[in-house]
Amino acid sequence: MKNTHNWVAYSKPVIFLLLLLPTIWLGLMAYQNQLGADPAKRLVDETGLWAFRILLLSLLMTPLKNWTGRSVWIRYRRMIGLFALFYVVIHLLIYVFLLFGADWTLLGKEITKRPYIIVGLLAFLLLLPLGVTSTRNWQKRLGRNWLRLHKTIYVISLLALLHFSWVKKLGIASIWPYALILAILLGERVRMAYQRRQHRAAILASEQS
Amino acid sequence: MLIKTSQPNAPLSSDITPESIYTGRRELLKGLGYIGAGSLLLPHWSNAAGANPYESAAERANAPAWLKQKINSRKLQANMTGEGITPYDSVSTYNNFYEFGLDKSEPAENAHTLKTEPWKVTVDGLCNKAGTYTLEDILKPHTLEDRIYRFRCVEAWSMVVPWLGFSLADLIKRFEPKTDAKYIEFTTLVDKEQMPNQRGRSLDWPYVEGLRLDEAMNPLAIMAVGVYGRSLPPQNGAPLRLIVPWKYGFKSIKSIVRIRFTNTQPKTTWAAMAPREYGFYANVNPAVDHPRWTQSRERRLPASLFNPNWQPTLPFNGYAKEVATHYRNMDLRQYF
Repeated sequence: MKNTHNWVAYSKPVIFLLLLLPTIWLGLMAYQNQLGADPAKRLVDETGLWAFRILLLSLLMTPLKNWTGRSVWIRYRRMIGLFALFYVVIHLLIYVFLLFGADWTLLGKEITKRPYIIVGLLAFLLLLPLGVTSTRNWQKRLGRNWLRLHKTIYVISLLALLHFSWVKKLGIASIWPYALILAILLGERVRMAYQRRQHRAAILASEQS
Repeated sequence: MLIKTSQPNAPLSSDITPESIYTGRRELLKGLGYIGAGSLLLPHWSNAAGANPYESAAERANAPAWLKQKINSRKLQANMTGEGITPYDSVSTYNNFYEFGLDKSEPAENAHTLKTEPWKVTVDGLCNKAGTYTLEDILKPHTLEDRIYRFRCVEAWSMVVPWLGFSLADLIKRFEPKTDAKYIEFTTLVDKEQMPNQRGRSLDWPYVEGLRLDEAMNPLAIMAVGVYGRSLPPQNGAPLRLIVPWKYGFKSIKSIVRIRFTNTQPKTTWAAMAPREYGFYANVNPAVDHPRWTQSRERRLPASLFNPNWQPTLPFNGYAKEVATHYRNMDLRQYF
């Protein structure tokens, strides 16, 4: 137990730095003018991609717990989830301030005209409260509702996938590996829910007999 | 005794052209050409007189001599778009060429595997001069010329590119299309070894594009073999591609190996894959949005990090005067 605790304490800063690497890398590329002919678009695409990847990583922790039988994975979940939010926020800021130069009339048209922007914005608005309530204090205050609230991440991840695929000229075809991973991660939740229900039914049956 | 006799036919040393000028005579003529072209356009392009509108990019090492010769004797053109030309670096590193990968930088990274010599083009369908032609055969009777055009991608970015090519109409006439030929269809090379991303199924290979024959005969439509005063880099569709500047970029098919004349509308790649999103005509039209994004404006590249360079998109990409007659009685919302 003590060992595990140490391991988590030491590995967390390492994972923190790893998750920060894409930001450092993009920052360096921007600084050295290496982002190509359309730098703001490139940054929007990259930060969005990393937000989605890290969101998938956060969704992997619970399945890892099931598959390995060790609950230690859950202790990384909050940090990874907050990093996903971090990338979503810089994705949005770069979109608004660099790609659109904070031109609000232009942005207003974008929001009403482009369905993928609406979906993306919705995903962001749903993700925000999860970030805010990620502290231990909020967890205690919300009790059982905390879990319910944080299950919206399943909906958010599907909205994010939709947003991601709509940006692409080829649609879902060009991002199918991500879609497949998300399907496995969400499928695992469905399997767990089904198992719990079976378990409950079995208990109920044994109580009645 | 040594008697110095001057040979009457020997030129005076003052008459001899210095070697540097002799070897640079093409450059000299070219320079004069710019002045000529520039002065013709003086009213609206006065500061272009005497200056090439772009600096030629370095030729690839393995370009065949006949092609280099063709390019060197090209007809130059001043920049009549009234807009800045996109640097060669952006033109040659920011590409959509799915045969080499889906990311913009992948064609430039991967397309070196494309073998452009020898290159053959099969011409068939409703024409009298069907057959297989080498690229050299195809180019032989044509004088190459610079054409500086706006290039608008369906993804809402755009460039201004100095293409180098020849009139598509002139080429079509050589093949003598039959009277019932209504369309021209172009096909890109299929070769998984040379085009690695054709191993995947991201598009329905081969890439096919087409035009109505009257559109193809418009003087703006060209077959390009070069860009920036050099032969096409592979990522830009070497060695032979179409350029139709009033249509979205995906119409301007690359690395063409087949030209076919037909009386039915060709099944073009994007229009067949997503008919709600991409039409056969694909004319640049700010009034008809892509179902997922607006086409009313575009980012002129290269953009900088702090200036996205948005500008309004023009009907027919600014070439309405030259091409709108082709679509006079058509509902462009239906035939997008």
